[in-house]
Amino acid sequence: MAKITRKDVEYVARLARLELTDAEKEKFTVQLEKILDYIDQLNKLDTKDTPPTSHVLPLKNVWRKDELSQCSGEIREALLKNAPDREGNFFKVKKVIE
Amino acid sequence: MENNILNFTAVQLANKIKAKELSSVEAVKAYLGRIEKTEPKVKAFVTVLEEQALKQAKDVDEKISKGKAVGELAGVPIAIKDNMLITGTPCTCSSKILKNYVSPYDAAVIEKLKKQDLVFIGKTNLDEFAMGSSTENSAFCTTKNPWNLECIPGGSSGGSAASVSSRMAPIALGSDTGGSIRQPASCCGVVGMKPTYGRVSRYGLIAFASSLDQIGPFSRTIEDSAMLLKTISGYDAKDSTSVDVPVPDYNAELKKDLKGLRIGLPREYFIKGLDKEVEQSVKNAIKVLENLGAKTEEITLPYTEYAVAVYYIIAPSEASANLARYDGVKFGFRAHGEDLLEMYEKTRGRGFGAEVKRRIMLGTYSLSSGYYEAYYGKAQKVRTLIRRDFEEAFKKVDVILTPTAPTPAFKIGDKADDPLQMYLSDIFTISCNLAGIPGISVPCGFTSNGLPVGLQVLGKPFKEEDILKTAYHYEKNTEWHKRYPEV
Repeated sequence: MAKITRKDVEYVARLARLELTDAEKEKFTVQLEKILDYIDQLNKLDTKDTPPTSHVLPLKNVWRKDELSQCSGEIREALLKNAPDREGNFFKVKKVIE
Repeated sequence: MENNILNFTAVQLANKIKAKELSSVEAVKAYLGRIEKTEPKVKAFVTVLEEQALKQAKDVDEKISKGKAVGELAGVPIAIKDNMLITGTPCTCSSKILKNYVSPYDAAVIEKLKKQDLVFIGKTNLDEFAMGSSTENSAFCTTKNPWNLECIPGGSSGGSAASVSSRMAPIALGSDTGGSIRQPASCCGVVGMKPTYGRVSRYGLIAFASSLDQIGPFSRTIEDSAMLLKTISGYDAKDSTSVDVPVPDYNAELKKDLKGLRIGLPREYFIKGLDKEVEQSVKNAIKVLENLGAKTEEITLPYTEYAVAVYYIIAPSEASANLARYDGVKFGFRAHGEDLLEMYEKTRGRGFGAEVKRRIMLGTYSLSSGYYEAYYGKAQKVRTLIRRDFEEAFKKVDVILTPTAPTPAFKIGDKADDPLQMYLSDIFTISCNLAGIPGISVPCGFTSNGLPVGLQVLGKPFKEEDILKTAYHYEKNTEWHKRYPEV
């Protein structure tokens, strides 16, 4: 049986870069445990010799030629316009490296 | 005339526009009028593209009047789920985090629809990032079921389903990751189809769970869905999971008769917990198909009961990776933080709604060190068993019939506090995504309370014509699709 503690929730939230309120932490502790409990029924099945399916299609990587294609100024502007903060043609964030 | 326009199917409307009996502008105006009247009650749209639609319609009319070649559905208005990109228009995914996002390019399906001269009338509401079965998880509003405004329209493509059901659009596009087209189609009494995984390009569809997501049509008739499917299908180099197989002329295929068609009835889908009236409607539908020459037999899909558990590991795992891009740097909402880490955490904590956070947490947990094999690894293996169930079944039968959902639409708020109960409303639609096969929901009756019931037809990979044909002959011999909600 899955046992989820508040500490687990805080640890996973940090991995996922999610700020949670106290109320959310409490709620998710209970809910995640209940959901994982339900999911634990999969352990009834013997899958020792079963290969995993990550994808239903036999996927091959698709390569394109390693050639530069030009991005029009119009598209560049459309992309940058969506940025929360910018400086010229750059996305702007807080200093990363001291 | 206006009422007539709203009652035409998309194919009828296109024929009239091409024959110049009616202009695309007139058709668009009729639908905008209907939206003005009905939308305040139903709330199917996030954005109505009034100006743009009228301009597009005018362009199509001009093309036709000059005798230029136009597409088969030229001039017909279409509603688009708000997780597909249309250049220069907002695309929100019904999330606060993308509230002000403007699409910089067209999704592959949008490009195809533009080439075929369809007119985009609006962007429809969904559960945030397509996560949900009721549209209650939208950050903006809950869409109402046009048959009963106190009930959910289903989800996540609830806005698209409700817009077609309430005649605010003749056709629409949705996306289906675990039933998000078929379940709302069932709840709203319209046709909704999930094509085979790889049939329709996902380029420009905002990703939820990439190994499961697929775009598909909503309509009031099978013929319209077949036509729309043909329009959006086909290989696209920009989607590495797009499959290069020929696209049949579905509208010619679906008219072939049902003699000799082998229909499987999986015993695992007719279980306790299945609503009695839903069960009766589906059983009546089976009789209709038998009378048309189809042969039915009971089959077994033994791993069905594990599908929801597998799905709620695989879909949240993929989602937790896909949604990592919403970090407040390149687009979307940004919250203030003292440093970069704090900015990420606050942006995501405040930008995402509860269900999205819950799934990111579930996915991150299943993929985290120490739990990966026990959860994600295990779920992938059981996914293989579910696929094999269908491979075995399709050796004996051509299509499989089931109810689309275990119950009719439930009341708004009924399952909002119990995520697991909400997840279980997808119990009959999820396996189809895990196996990558096509599925369709077609109206097959009403409950005594006047709520629609849907019949699900599942088919072999890339044999959409089989399920369309089955649904088409069923529809032709029943009257359900002729009813409209009084909203």
